[in-house]
Amino acid sequence: MKRIKKQFIRSTAVLLSLLTALPLGGCTSSGRGINGQVIVYNWGEYIDPETIRLFEEESGIKVIYDEFETNESMYPKVESGAVAYDIACPSDYMISRMIENGMLAEIDYEKIPNAKKNIGAQYYEQSRGFDPENKYAVPYCWGTVGILYNKTMVDEPITRWEQLWDEKYADNILMQDSVRDAFMVAEKRNGDSMNTLDPEKLTAAKNLLIEQKPLVQAYVVDQVRDKMIGGEAAIGVIYSGEAIYTQKENPDLVYVIPEEGTNVWIDSWVILKNAPNKENAEKFIDFMCRADIALMNFDYITYSTPNVAARELIEDETVKNSEIAFPDLSQYSNLETYVYLGEEGDSLYNELWKEVKAY
Amino acid sequence: MTSKNKWLSVPYLFWSVVFIIIPLGMILYYGLTDKTGAFTLDNIIAITTAGHAKALRLSLLLSLVSTLVCFLLAYPLAMILARIQVKRHNFIILIFILPMWMNFLLRTLAWQTLLEKNGVINHILAFFHLPALKIINTPAAIILGMVYNFLPFMVLPLYNALSKIDINVINAAHDLGADNFYTFVRIILPLSIPGIISGITMVFIPALTTFVISSLLGGGKLLLIGDVIEQEFTRTSNWHLGSGLSMVLMVFILINMVLSAIFDKDGEGSML
Amino acid sequence: MRSALKKIYVALIILFLYAPIGTLMVLSFNRSKTRAKWGGFTMKWYIGLFQNEEILRALFNTLLIALASSLIATVIGTVACIAMTGMKRRSKSLLMGITNIPMLNADIVTGISLMLLYISLGIRFGMGTILLSHITFNIPYVILSVMPRMKQLNISTYEAALDLGSSPLNAFFKVVFPDLLPGILSGFLMAFTMSLDDFIITHFTKGVGVDTLSTKIYTEIKKGIKPEMYALSSLIFVTVLTLLVLINLSPDKKEKK
Repeated sequence: MKRIKKQFIRSTAVLLSLLTALPLGGCTSSGRGINGQVIVYNWGEYIDPETIRLFEEESGIKVIYDEFETNESMYPKVESGAVAYDIACPSDYMISRMIENGMLAEIDYEKIPNAKKNIGAQYYEQSRGFDPENKYAVPYCWGTVGILYNKTMVDEPITRWEQLWDEKYADNILMQDSVRDAFMVAEKRNGDSMNTLDPEKLTAAKNLLIEQKPLVQAYVVDQVRDKMIGGEAAIGVIYSGEAIYTQKENPDLVYVIPEEGTNVWIDSWVILKNAPNKENAEKFIDFMCRADIALMNFDYITYSTPNVAARELIEDETVKNSEIAFPDLSQYSNLETYVYLGEEGDSLYNELWKEVKAY
Repeated sequence: MTSKNKWLSVPYLFWSVVFIIIPLGMILYYGLTDKTGAFTLDNIIAITTAGHAKALRLSLLLSLVSTLVCFLLAYPLAMILARIQVKRHNFIILIFILPMWMNFLLRTLAWQTLLEKNGVINHILAFFHLPALKIINTPAAIILGMVYNFLPFMVLPLYNALSKIDINVINAAHDLGADNFYTFVRIILPLSIPGIISGITMVFIPALTTFVISSLLGGGKLLLIGDVIEQEFTRTSNWHLGSGLSMVLMVFILINMVLSAIFDKDGEGSML
Repeated sequence: MRSALKKIYVALIILFLYAPIGTLMVLSFNRSKTRAKWGGFTMKWYIGLFQNEEILRALFNTLLIALASSLIATVIGTVACIAMTGMKRRSKSLLMGITNIPMLNADIVTGISLMLLYISLGIRFGMGTILLSHITFNIPYVILSVMPRMKQLNISTYEAALDLGSSPLNAFFKVVFPDLLPGILSGFLMAFTMSLDDFIITHFTKGVGVDTLSTKIYTEIKKGIKPEMYALSSLIFVTVLTLLVLINLSPDKKEKK
């Protein structure tokens, strides 16, 4: 008995000391830069780490970088004030919610010259849906939601949302597992606005989704990418930013913006009202709007950049003129951007979505 | 070791009041109020709405089935392991704990890679000209995920309880003419009850509240009560409803606690 | 025949438990970034891993938190077990009931409620808050594995030591502690494991810029999990497994009789 104990202690001790010793070398000094710090809250893997290093070097400002995985998990952390962030990078509808709740500071474009100079006017125009006077948000990444299909698994080109209800594709359809994206598909198919609060239209959309459910292979979020590459399903609803990457991995995949119209989403930099380092936050955003830096980020994350100057710098002509990365928005008349529906609107959508999922 | 040592409980008492009781009180507060802060029972009654009730029924069903499967798999296993030399005791425990050192999400994603239509298992089956396995995105896959993740929690207490049984007791039963079956029913099974209770609790409760497994392996087509609560907190931001529904789940936890108190009077059932 | 069947059964269960881990290990050598396609063999994720400061720092944080929280939880839990033996049955059951709560409550509920607590107490979010939370959910595992040992304890040996003139503290460490040790160690190991694997509670109680491996993996979901994570998990796993096998299989002849 005693021997076992000894052996057990020994093994545990050896294990732990080894494991703890291993990464000690990776521990770096953290602290304030000579010009203070800035606290940034962004999506995971949504920036080229090299750009942060360059910013720190040039500005002498230490960047404290934090990541979130959904708009909804970001919101309570910012709202609760658990951490006083300076900058966040939420999506459109979440920005309008934050504006409504007085959580954002107005952007002083004088301090962020690159924002006006390099970001295309059409993206500010698109932002008016959630930020009517362009007072709060500087576009960082954008894209559309569309259909990705495997041309070897369908016998006709997919061009419309309607085809997601075709029984031919039973068990071969991947839908987005999020309220707004799922309802967007049904509402657009019905020719309605994806921001509608009309109970009749919403019920119609809900019934459509319930009707579709037996045909759906799975409701997924980020798994669409891997499942489509692996040929698990014929058709998937996906964000355009993933399209270029998935096509590279599997050349049979085709991305289309459905004829009925779709969602144009924009993730933007915002400065929080109680930001402790407002000036540094402005410098950070300005830096990220610089053409060369925006290009680095575009190369790293492959989501479309609203930075026109950066797009000019893209060397690969096929990427530069890619219809997927940079579709001509003026060509479509039925594109929309999500807006915040208010607490009641939100809970209405959630209730209906729950009915679909529980059906 | 006598009552003199009562003051020793102070640190833990303090800890549990601050970090368990007070936070629990906050959940009760949220669960019993609405957005304006007025008292309401709506968040608890909400469990009776069609969607929620169905999610709860489904969760109960799936977690009961996976608990049963875990038990049926683990009991013979624990019996075999319990007869292995004592000096391997810690090694055996570690074999079952070690998989948990790999991140839960990564392990569950790996099951997706294994089970998918074009997944690893189907490639192997196709190689041997066997029919393909079609369980991904079905309730069966969710049960598999639950069993996979919680099996160690069933094996360990059973193993612990069974290895404590004195082999001489079993030998004595045999000497007195009891056959294997009789010995099992009258000696082994009753003596392992604390382990059974503990194992059932440790599998049933986490299975009841889980949410990641159903969306990764079930294709998000079945809504479990854990998914609902998680979404109320992280997506819908309706903490009041989320708290109310958690309180409903706590009732099941309480029932389970009472049952184990009845069957396991000495609190001997333990994980390890 | 029967023993062969038994062996096959045990082997099947172990295969079941380790199949996904084997899959992840294979994926860590996959040149393609997606898990859905085999793009050829590569070691680049392993090389990349050691150049990725963020992952290494997350690993360091994870191990530090796991080690510290399980150590502290072990001390508090063991002391609580000792205290509970002197308690009346009712107050003991009550305390054990409370002990079960964090283990049985949904993680999300524990996480959010702890976040609310820290906000209302005005505690700054950071490593400290993660540590406090991990200690909280670790204590039950310690108590549940020390308690049964406590019950098997023979009080009279302790009393005998006292009678022979030993101080209570000395008697405790010389007589009681060695008997409790297996329980304490397994409690510690369980706590360490739980802490390693936790995501949700950490997410809600972590401060800015402090990441553990779990929080890192979850934030990577939107853009796809980096294969470096597979590589790291495989490395940790193989290291631990090799050590265990070596330690357990070494003959240790001197001590054998």
